[in-house]
Amino acid sequence: MTVLKDFQEQWFPLILPLHRKKTQSVGGRSKHRWTEEERKVKANDREYNEKFQYASNCIMTSKYNILTFLPVNLFEQFQEVANTYFLFLLILQLIPQISSLSWFTTIVPLALVLSITAVKDATDDYFRHKSDNQVNNRQSQVLIRGSLQNEKWMNVRVGDIIKLENNQFVAADVLLLSSSEPHGLCYIETAELDGETNMKVRQSVPVTAELGDPNNLATFNGEVVCEPPNNKLDRFCGSLYWRDRKYLLTNQNMLLRGCVLRNTEACYGLVIFAGPDTKLMQNSGRTKFKRTSIDRLMNTLVLWIFGFLVCMGVILAVGNAVWEKEVGSLFQSYLPWDPPVDNFLFSAFLSFWSYVIILNTVVPISLYVSVEVIRLGHSYFINWDRQMFCSQCNTAAEARTTTLNEELGQVEYIFSDKTGTLTQNIMSFNKCSINGQTYGERTDQMGTQPKRLDFSPFNPLADPQFCFYDDKLLESVKVGDVHTHEFFRLLSLCHTVMSEEKSEGHLVYKAQSPDEGALVTAARNFGFVFRSRTPGTITTSEMGRTVTYSLLAILDFNNIRKRMSVIVRNPEGRIRLYCKGADTVLLERLHPSNLELMTVTSDHLNEYGADGLRTLALAFRDLSEEEWEVWSESHRFAGKATDCREDRLAASYDLIEQDMMLLGATAIEDKLQEGVPETIALLSLTNIKIWVLTGDKQETAVNIGYSCKMLTDDMAEVFIISGHTVQSVRQELRSARDRMMELSRSRDGGKRGGMEGWAEACFMGNGFQQDQEGDVGGGKVFHSPPLPSPPSSFMDSISGEFGLVVNGHSLAHALEADMEAEFVSTACACKAIICCRVTPLQKAQVVELIKKHKKAVTLAIGDGANDVSMIKSAHIGVGISGQEGIQAVLASDYSFAQFRFLQRLLLVHGRWSYLRMCRFLCYFFYKNFAFTMVHFWFGFFCGFSAQTVYDQYFITLYNIVYTSLPVLAMGIFDQDVPDHRSLEYPKLYEPGQLNLLFNKKEFFICIAQGIYTSVVLFFVPYAVLSNATQSNGVPLADYQTFAISTATALVIVVSVQIALDTGFWTVINHMFVWGSLGFYFTIMFALHSQTLFRIFPNQFHFVVPKTHCCSRSCG
Amino acid sequence: MMASSYNAKEEVDGHHPGSSNHGGTGPINSKKPDNTAFKQQRLPAWQPILTAGTVLPAFFVIGLIFIPIGIGLYVTSNNIKEFEIDYTGAEPNSPCYVCAQNFSWNSTTPCFCTVNFTLQQPFENNIYMYYGLSNFYQNHRRYVKSRDDKQLNGDSKALEEPSSDCEPYRKSGGAPVAPCGAIANSLFNDTLDLSYVETNGTSTPIELQKSGIAWWTDKHVKFKNPPGSNLSVAFQNTVKPVNWRRPVYELDPSNPDNNGFINEDLIVWMRTAALPTFRKLYRIIPKKSGAVSTLPSGSYSLRIAYNYPVLSFDGRKRMILSTISWMGGKNPFLGIAYITVGSICFFLGIVLLIINHKYGNRSSSAEIPN
Repeated sequence: MTVLKDFQEQWFPLILPLHRKKTQSVGGRSKHRWTEEERKVKANDREYNEKFQYASNCIMTSKYNILTFLPVNLFEQFQEVANTYFLFLLILQLIPQISSLSWFTTIVPLALVLSITAVKDATDDYFRHKSDNQVNNRQSQVLIRGSLQNEKWMNVRVGDIIKLENNQFVAADVLLLSSSEPHGLCYIETAELDGETNMKVRQSVPVTAELGDPNNLATFNGEVVCEPPNNKLDRFCGSLYWRDRKYLLTNQNMLLRGCVLRNTEACYGLVIFAGPDTKLMQNSGRTKFKRTSIDRLMNTLVLWIFGFLVCMGVILAVGNAVWEKEVGSLFQSYLPWDPPVDNFLFSAFLSFWSYVIILNTVVPISLYVSVEVIRLGHSYFINWDRQMFCSQCNTAAEARTTTLNEELGQVEYIFSDKTGTLTQNIMSFNKCSINGQTYGERTDQMGTQPKRLDFSPFNPLADPQFCFYDDKLLESVKVGDVHTHEFFRLLSLCHTVMSEEKSEGHLVYKAQSPDEGALVTAARNFGFVFRSRTPGTITTSEMGRTVTYSLLAILDFNNIRKRMSVIVRNPEGRIRLYCKGADTVLLERLHPSNLELMTVTSDHLNEYGADGLRTLALAFRDLSEEEWEVWSESHRFAGKATDCREDRLAASYDLIEQDMMLLGATAIEDKLQEGVPETIALLSLTNIKIWVLTGDKQETAVNIGYSCKMLTDDMAEVFIISGHTVQSVRQELRSARDRMMELSRSRDGGKRGGMEGWAEACFMGNGFQQDQEGDVGGGKVFHSPPLPSPPSSFMDSISGEFGLVVNGHSLAHALEADMEAEFVSTACACKAIICCRVTPLQKAQVVELIKKHKKAVTLAIGDGANDVSMIKSAHIGVGISGQEGIQAVLASDYSFAQFRFLQRLLLVHGRWSYLRMCRFLCYFFYKNFAFTMVHFWFGFFCGFSAQTVYDQYFITLYNIVYTSLPVLAMGIFDQDVPDHRSLEYPKLYEPGQLNLLFNKKEFFICIAQGIYTSVVLFFVPYAVLSNATQSNGVPLADYQTFAISTATALVIVVSVQIALDTGFWTVINHMFVWGSLGFYFTIMFALHSQTLFRIFPNQFHFVVPKTHCCSRSCG
Repeated sequence: MMASSYNAKEEVDGHHPGSSNHGGTGPINSKKPDNTAFKQQRLPAWQPILTAGTVLPAFFVIGLIFIPIGIGLYVTSNNIKEFEIDYTGAEPNSPCYVCAQNFSWNSTTPCFCTVNFTLQQPFENNIYMYYGLSNFYQNHRRYVKSRDDKQLNGDSKALEEPSSDCEPYRKSGGAPVAPCGAIANSLFNDTLDLSYVETNGTSTPIELQKSGIAWWTDKHVKFKNPPGSNLSVAFQNTVKPVNWRRPVYELDPSNPDNNGFINEDLIVWMRTAALPTFRKLYRIIPKKSGAVSTLPSGSYSLRIAYNYPVLSFDGRKRMILSTISWMGGKNPFLGIAYITVGSICFFLGIVLLIINHKYGNRSSSAEIPN
């Protein structure tokens, strides 16, 4: 039920986003605690720790209990401005001098809304209570006075030492003290925290690792001083003071709540953060509130309407003052003023409020509820769509927020990740180059399906799912080629993969990245099987022979180094460094003797890159015993450094990764997802600009760009921006623009030369002022072109399609404040933009840039943790629930399994949602103006006394019964064209992008129509009834007849209007439209029946003798 | 670092939607949405598309139906005879000027005045006599609510303790007012008598029928006298409204069944008008047997017992005589409205037909229904 997740928070998102206090105080944390600056925790010393009043390990995500539910929930609900407004109206109505309507006209809808929300809140909270209880009552073993005792999770305190066992959840954020495994290591899975399913290693501080058993731990009295609770999952900074020595603590020593212990029998930890202070809970802050442009427009309009309401109130109050002075004061012999009123001004003041009560129905409470219901319906349609269901991974599309649906129909910019989003992120070892010889070409010139190699007879440990087609490589392994063997040996040793051997010969690899997994699997199939690892050894099975290498060092991978190495000693005692990494960095570090091989290999690498493959170069280096000793000393020294440890380590790694011998290169294919090129081609037909932001290198990115039809050969030109300095980037951007201008000029044949000169002139001044024009309502359709609107004119003057490729380092310059306008102007003239080597932060910056400079709806789609920032900053975030965990999905607004579903989400669901919401709003404003303005006209004929035209039951029921369902049905079910048509004709998407269906102009048209209807509805009955008599001579101009005729005419007219507006008459529409009409007549006759009058003569005083047929149809 | 929207439940379950693909639960536990027409938005539907072929005939049909109806209504309305005379007495030369000027609520003797008028044409069939008031705000909010329907329905409790809506006409000197409220208090109490003046100067009073002037349900359901064998006993603890000359049980001395709350003049008055200018049925002049006109053409005199002051607030009083047809009284607007709407439709139909004929074929082929 994720659809409902944020329903309650946004119950009335309108009017003013005040009072959003709910975001804070997650969990049961006492608010008035002092802000913690430093945390001090002493092990095994509860008295000491208690004086700091750290939060206990009891979590409370629930908000209410039985007693507090009603007051707290009501209090929260009345923090919504809309609810308070209606409460205020209700109070006004209780004042007899003001009350122009009975109190129930407001209380019925208000109570309805409040109770629905309350019921929903209560159910939500019930489930939170249940899960809180379950979590709080989990058992955990706590070391108390030297013995292990079972305690509930909620009773674990900061400073306790707890024992964790294999496959258990970690109860709090603990400092790892010792473990059953050697060296104080333990393995954890962090899927709950960051969605990554691979195992991670944590290691205790060496001194505490020796405290093996409970008895020793009971005497441990170290004190930890560390940072206050925060939400940074990958950072921890603190130090341990024990026995007068200081030990540095890093994230590497921490086990966080929510992790699961794996492959470790048991371990002991010291609780540092508990309950609400844990990083997991600190991270559970509510996600940023996103609003659609329709929401914002609606807010503005609602404010306008309130202004309008006040104006009408003032006009009528002035009228009342005049009337009371001129007529009312003289009329007092028949109708004296009510006691507190003694002059016409006071009467006018009261009449103002009376009219506010009557006319408040221009913005009825049901608007907000209906909007939410419609969005909820659309969200369910997304969840239910079988065509967005991925049967391979059994995942249906999911609308995780219910508030953004209609904005899906207005998207203009899509920012997409590449790996895992456009591609499957299933890596397959595709080609390799070993010692200058390339393998892996598919020999399918015969036109037959190339034969897949069968590894099973050769290697019983082979992974049956592995595909490779070139038998030359297998031959080469079989004949025992040294280079080939060394190549695969490297692949089987140089990695951080964990293996699990569930049964003999059944290996499961858990890799941090799919690339690594693919390489190790390749080595496994070619006879170099990685079997298991311990912190000091790696056991492999080489061509059937088990070999155990002692692992001397792992030189870790990071984004700066772009390589990783291992140093191993083989059983014969020889020490060798194996290194794999990006070709750019690795080829620089080769021994000069490799030059010839290097040229051949880099040719191969370029070939692979051009095929869109992900490449790595492999090399090794033999180390003598002395070299190793010297280096390991310097390495140890760097590792002990307290400041700049990372840099020192990197420098020491650098030292040894020199003079390596090239082995070859690997090429991994990341296949495009199904339907990606078609989807992109379709989306670009809708004028959606697609930006691909990828961490891949330029060649690969460009290649993927071509293969998914983002870049095409039809494009006039593809510009590449790869300057390293601000100047060069600026220069490249400028020349790209000049070139565009030139090309389009030659193409147009100077058809609009004057225009261009002007545009160019604007450009020289770098005048980019898009944000001045194009407001929400007008879009870019109506802006009159006085001089300063160069961007659109520039874009108008550009004909032809251009592509732009920006490199990461150039992007950094382009995003600087003084360059960004220039960058945007160039980029937005291009049809497709690819940014490569982009960092996660840059992804978000690019999105923010477009949001800032273009008033356009942006959508970001990605699958990995590196896309989270982009997903959050875009108007709409879409998560692909793929291989890389669920972080992106958790941050997203919509999630599905395949990129190609995006076209359906936007072109079908988004388009429909937008259309429906616009039609809904137009009609809704129309019907309420038609309904309410009648009172305004009547004011001029009833002495501005705030007498209503309709009887109060009609006013109560009009919005919630008589007219709510047909418009709701239209808002949920309406379709203008069937889904396949909107995919066939992508141009149908454009009205949404241009904001044509609901904007200020459309709004005024609806309002005008509503006011016109109200004029007709009032004055036609006025003229008809004023002198009319029945055929028995009884006049028809009495108030009751007038009220019923007008109300009936109103219901019929708005029903006819909804019938005309509805384009898609399903059974439900028929039911609702006819049902509402039927309901109106039923209720009307019931209310006017003699029975009801006999029971409540004062409430139901309208007894009707016979039907009145006074309805008029108005053209 | 990101903020994952954590809830404790996910921790409990230990798995999340994204990882369900690793479980390999197979088709038994498939999350594939149901293939129902509703969920897949494929409900069978009627999609009316407004085309020239449907809209143009609709316009013509509406036009062709409305115009004859309008003409019929208009002609009928024009055949209805109506006579109206203002007897307010605002102008010095008006017969009722003296009465209007010298009015006081306390006077015990009514002021009489007589207005003479001539009917040019004879009035046939039943003739309905109305009194009309102008600038009288029976639709004022405070006026409209100032009544107690329970009391008027004969509820003895409400008779003793009228609803607070009736303030300030709820109680008078401690005793409950019956009927209470501003509406009842301002009951129209002029008496109108009509006589035919023959050419020789003798005047014959015309018989005016008092019953059948109120709505049936008002008379028989809404308004009831309080229980009691005798009306004066039933109303014994109440006082009359301050402006009234007589208590409610003596409203019609001529007919004992037309007294109390079921007095038809009271019922008519209590049905408040929607607009400040209104008319209310006063009397019916029943048609005479034979071929004689009910009111032949000639001179008439209207004798008014002038009790009801309206000049203070610029009000006007009228007397109206009208015949009735199947469509009720004279009402030319209805016919004109029908004719206007019908003509507009017809005219629009022609304009659209021309537009369609001229431009219609050009775009229809490439048009995508939107």
